[in-house]
Amino acid sequence: MPTFDYAPAPESRAVVQLQPAYGLFIGGEFVDGSGEAFTTVNPATEEPLAEVAEATTADVDRAVKAARAAYRGVWGRMSGADRGKYLFRIARILQERSREFAVLETLDNGKPIKESRDVDVPLAAAHFFYHAGWADKLEYAGLSGARDGARPRPIGVVGQVIPWNFPMLMLAWKVAPALACGNTVVLKPAETTPLTALLFAQVCQQADLPPGVVNIVTGAGGTGQAIVEHPGVDKIAFTGSTEVGKLIARGIAGTRKRATLELGGKAANIVFEDAAIDQAVEGIVNGIFFNQGHVCCAGSRLLVQESIHDDLVRRLKRRLAQVRVGDPMDKNTDLGAINSSVQLARVQEMAGVGEAEGAQRWAPECALPSRGFWFPPTLFTGVSQSHRIAQEEIFGPVLSVLTFRTPAEAVAKANNTPYGLSAGVWTEKGSRILWMADQLRAGVVWANTFNQFDPTSPFGGFKESGYGREGGRHGLEAYVRPDGSAA
Amino acid sequence: MSAQHVDVDATRRARDLLGVSRLTNLALTRWTHGLPGVDQVGLEARAGALGTRSIKAASKAWAIDTAISMIDLTTLEGADTAGKVRGLATRALNPDPSDPSTPSPAAVCVYGDMVATARETLGDSAIRVAAVATAFPSGRASMPVKLLDTRDALAAGADEIDMVIDRGAFLAGRYLEVFDQVRAVKDACTRADGSRARLKVIMETGELVTHDNVRRASWLCMLAGADFIKTSTGKISPAATLPVTLVMLEAVRDWRELTGEMVGVKPAGGIRTTKDAVTFLVAVHEVAGPDWLDNHWFRFGASSLLGDLILQRQRIRIGAYSGPDYVAEDAPSIY
Repeated sequence: MPTFDYAPAPESRAVVQLQPAYGLFIGGEFVDGSGEAFTTVNPATEEPLAEVAEATTADVDRAVKAARAAYRGVWGRMSGADRGKYLFRIARILQERSREFAVLETLDNGKPIKESRDVDVPLAAAHFFYHAGWADKLEYAGLSGARDGARPRPIGVVGQVIPWNFPMLMLAWKVAPALACGNTVVLKPAETTPLTALLFAQVCQQADLPPGVVNIVTGAGGTGQAIVEHPGVDKIAFTGSTEVGKLIARGIAGTRKRATLELGGKAANIVFEDAAIDQAVEGIVNGIFFNQGHVCCAGSRLLVQESIHDDLVRRLKRRLAQVRVGDPMDKNTDLGAINSSVQLARVQEMAGVGEAEGAQRWAPECALPSRGFWFPPTLFTGVSQSHRIAQEEIFGPVLSVLTFRTPAEAVAKANNTPYGLSAGVWTEKGSRILWMADQLRAGVVWANTFNQFDPTSPFGGFKESGYGREGGRHGLEAYVRPDGSAA
Repeated sequence: MSAQHVDVDATRRARDLLGVSRLTNLALTRWTHGLPGVDQVGLEARAGALGTRSIKAASKAWAIDTAISMIDLTTLEGADTAGKVRGLATRALNPDPSDPSTPSPAAVCVYGDMVATARETLGDSAIRVAAVATAFPSGRASMPVKLLDTRDALAAGADEIDMVIDRGAFLAGRYLEVFDQVRAVKDACTRADGSRARLKVIMETGELVTHDNVRRASWLCMLAGADFIKTSTGKISPAATLPVTLVMLEAVRDWRELTGEMVGVKPAGGIRTTKDAVTFLVAVHEVAGPDWLDNHWFRFGASSLLGDLILQRQRIRIGAYSGPDYVAEDAPSIY
């Protein structure tokens, strides 16, 4: 009997016109950077995609000045209804050019095309649509600290630094609420994934967004630091590692700058013995292997009730054998490439640590491409809270399996981490879901599902996972002075 | 793959599996209600994800031929005549007159009184005759009538029996009654010479409504000796949805792990296009496993699906769409 191998079904990359080199987007134009240009590569093939300018402190200063001028001159005084029109226009263009964004995101990031096509880009457009609707209704958003009759006012120039795991989606999470509330932005995409942000700059031009409202500066940590330290920036919004988040918090201490930080996580995905087991298996897979595990809210610690541990692990292994690893441009690929050699080294190191600590490592048989950065979906059983792989964020396709006996023990283990971004609870008992959600110290608790995102739902962390919320009405609060006070 | 006719006493095996000395309704209730629940949102998400698989080139050609070979080409109407059944059977023998390499469907599925006609046209070909029985489609008749209906179809030459469960009994929690009826019909599927017709058990999932019910009914039917579990009669909507079929594929997969035996799955009703059929095969492949990718273990109950599969098959062969006028149709609507 012939086997049902799926023939390659590659998405065409013809829709993307890559330029050999990209400049910075400042004051509505692409300009040269003063730093040393760097190369961004396709992590699935190591093929160089483009040269990208590096913004120096002087370039960042130009960008902040352009943002300030746009804030004072046009955007900060524009009516909410008019700001909304621009945001709706951007949202529609994102939808119209969705394939182009999806293909470019997959090329630059290594994530499967089905995820960039079905998750990242549609959600990014949804964030612009959602916030476009708020732009003229901020008085009615019920923001905390609002004064009767006072119109919430923008903060000013916002510096935004975003990570490489969801380049376009994180841009949308940051830019859409900032613009809806009347701020102007200087945004730095991650150095390994700058291309969709630069394509977004073209969308800003296409939408006739006034020059300087959105400025995009590319570069590595030094560029980010220049934004954070620039005295003309009123607020910092950062998504990334807890380590860098702490540096930012220290750096702005004692200044007038506000900050929202969305940092790391080590989420517990808690499966009770009465869970809908087949769907729980899907949820576990989605929780940790979605986006190669490059997800700050990934369900990287599986807490499973001891009574079903063996059965669940057996089902999980059987399911993982079905995961298709390989060319991210293939529409049937489930698990794509690790974003960079640096990240691959980190994942390899932590997997080695797990073995050295005595946990049992397992991965399905799967042929990995010879070029590019790859790591198979990996499972560690016999993990204890004291293991580093149960404590530290690995940010890769590696799941640590732990057990518990009672709900109280599950809560204690789930909360026993410096992080608190997300958690998952799997049980058919509704009362237990509510009790667990009340006990878990995590910004998002998913019940019988995982990694669901919606612009109407606030997202953010407890403890060292950061502060501030993104999305929903709560997310607006980070970008306004609700009492109407002047900047 | 040869038919695995394992002779088992269903009641004795059920007692063993349930760990009880006497099979009671309470024991069956506890057992079926002890199965893990099904979360509808998660199930539909998984079905949606399987639906995004992109099957191209050689895989698609293979899937089309496999799907054709899995069809139970069906006509179940009050208006059925010998002429229509002969036409349907002739089409099964020669599905695409323009291409003799086209595989034949697995079976022709008719009412009991049409079995002899279908058998006569099919002659000694490998195509089987399946008969619906047990007061299809409602199942609202006494047990003697249902058994007689079954034996009648068998005597007329049926190779396979498609029975319906008593949904009323199931929904009222009378699981032992459903179990006993399936077991009795299974016994009636044994011919005088000791050979057996395979028994497909229609759960009419559209009337069971919840996925938990579908899972429980699947296990109950397998426990009672079903050779196939089948979604629908085709008379009730919704019929064979992908989520419901996923629940059944999970059930046969888990049943094999428990007992070592394979049970077939037959979604029936509402599967009309090649794209739908390929998605179902993807689900079979990824949920139950490749062993089920054979018409001994997986069937499509369908009438119009064959035409679209042939259209797509011709497209692959000649590189262009031919159109419905180039697909022979022996059972067009008479209305």
